Amino acid sequence: MMAYHGIVIAGFGGQGVMLIGQLIATAAMLEGKHSTWFPSYGPEMRGGTANCTVVVDEKPIASPVVETPTEVVAMNYPSMMKFGKVLKSGGYLFINSSMIHETLDRKDIKLISIPVNDIADRIGNLKVANVVMLGAFLELTKTVEFKSVEEALREKLTGRKSALLDYNLRALEEGAKYVRKSMSTVG
Amino acid sequence: MTKKIMMKGNEAIAEAAIRAGCRLYFGYPITPQSEIAEYMARRLPEVGGTFLQTESEVATVNMVYGAACTGRRVMTSTSSPGFSLMQEGISYIAGAELPCVFVNVVRGGPGLGDIQPAQGDYFQATKGGGHGDYRVIVLGPSTVQEAVDLMGLAFDLADKYRNPVLVLADGLIGQMMEPVELPEMRDLSNLPDHSSWALVGAKGRKPHKVTSFNIDPHELEKMNKRYQAKYREIEKNEKRWENYRVEDLEYLLVGYGTSGRILKSVADMARGDGIKVGVFRPITLWPYPYEALAEVAEKARFVLTVEMSSGQMVEDVKLALEGRVPVYFYGRMAGVVPTPEEIYRHFVKLLEEG
Repeated sequence: MMAYHGIVIAGFGGQGVMLIGQLIATAAMLEGKHSTWFPSYGPEMRGGTANCTVVVDEKPIASPVVETPTEVVAMNYPSMMKFGKVLKSGGYLFINSSMIHETLDRKDIKLISIPVNDIADRIGNLKVANVVMLGAFLELTKTVEFKSVEEALREKLTGRKSALLDYNLRALEEGAKYVRKSMSTVG
Repeated sequence: MTKKIMMKGNEAIAEAAIRAGCRLYFGYPITPQSEIAEYMARRLPEVGGTFLQTESEVATVNMVYGAACTGRRVMTSTSSPGFSLMQEGISYIAGAELPCVFVNVVRGGPGLGDIQPAQGDYFQATKGGGHGDYRVIVLGPSTVQEAVDLMGLAFDLADKYRNPVLVLADGLIGQMMEPVELPEMRDLSNLPDHSSWALVGAKGRKPHKVTSFNIDPHELEKMNKRYQAKYREIEKNEKRWENYRVEDLEYLLVGYGTSGRILKSVADMARGDGIKVGVFRPITLWPYPYEALAEVAEKARFVLTVEMSSGQMVEDVKLALEGRVPVYFYGRMAGVVPTPEEIYRHFVKLLEEG
């Protein structure tokens, strides 16, 4: 398994892309790995784009900036167009197919489509669409282990937010389940 | 070992200051460092400290000046345009020989510029942004952990030399999250004793006087000589730097802060291609580690300095080498952070051009 991951996670503001980036980075830390999380923080209009770059490695991370990500998560169309282009050849492009109906014209990457909004809706909380995506992401990339992300979630969702923990854990599971199922039908 | 936690640079800087014994913060919000003020506003009252949001950076620096007169640990933080506004006060504080800590989380400039990470304030930080013959100790962190460690050092050096200390970060260090280990809370009763000069009430003793002023030029020159003697002492004692893979180097990369850490990736890439590249990363930007740089650079065929500016620290690199080794420069400006790949491409181009 690859030790270095340079991941870009992008979407509309409010889709929770920053949070899933933080969960990956925190889970990596809990596993004793090195990690960095760097957000875009430019001025944006409501509904504008947000993204973060997460680096996970076995050795200390020199550069928190990434030119050619090894994985890209695109929660909306503009994010796919912007970051799909710079994805490393052979890398994973995860797209939110509930919102993106187009595909990217690249044959050298692994395109994974997950209808995360629909899955989240079925779980009963649309807000966990990002964590559905995270479940799918982890299932295929193995960047960090599920149990580390669960631990990170437990640390993050305390007090008033603890009611959301179950939704999030289910979302992780459903995301992973979806890609396992679709992978086995594709072959 | 204490537990590692994931923290944003700005928040880690604030917590580290509190753990170093800082109980007074004055500040005015500005991106990309407003989380420092936000954190202080919440956290300082919990530890018996005082947070005050001022009406401007000019008010801020003068409140810091006043608080520093009492000998208590005090700080402020700002970003580039705000730091410009503070320069007059910093000159006064240096002249009055007062300990305090500044954090400048640098953004793109000049003018209003933008809010992205940059290193264009190096000249201002290290060569004196205000008037007169004074020096500020300048520390340049390259990771969130180093920012934490340097905050503690900043307060200690400020107290030791009765001099302002500046932690020169940038928007990337401020905004990114990394795992950190925080130091223990300092025991406030063990902080350095400033009772010989601090303004804390003169009842029953002769008043102390803290000033940067003397109308008699001969007397003022004496004060200046005292400052200069102190600066030589700081130069002798406090230079800090990091060498990375320099043992067998044939080429040297030099950078500080964020660009300094990115250069380590570039060196790793070059070594993957069999090219022996090392990195020199100054940690104190004043006093600048000229001698340590010269020592590693003299083995190099050339030196490439990389900054998120049009080329400012490169002048110190040239001063260190005095023409003995060719010095090249690569920079991005205005808030653009260079990637390791683009720096490496530039390096390879230089190699090919011979």
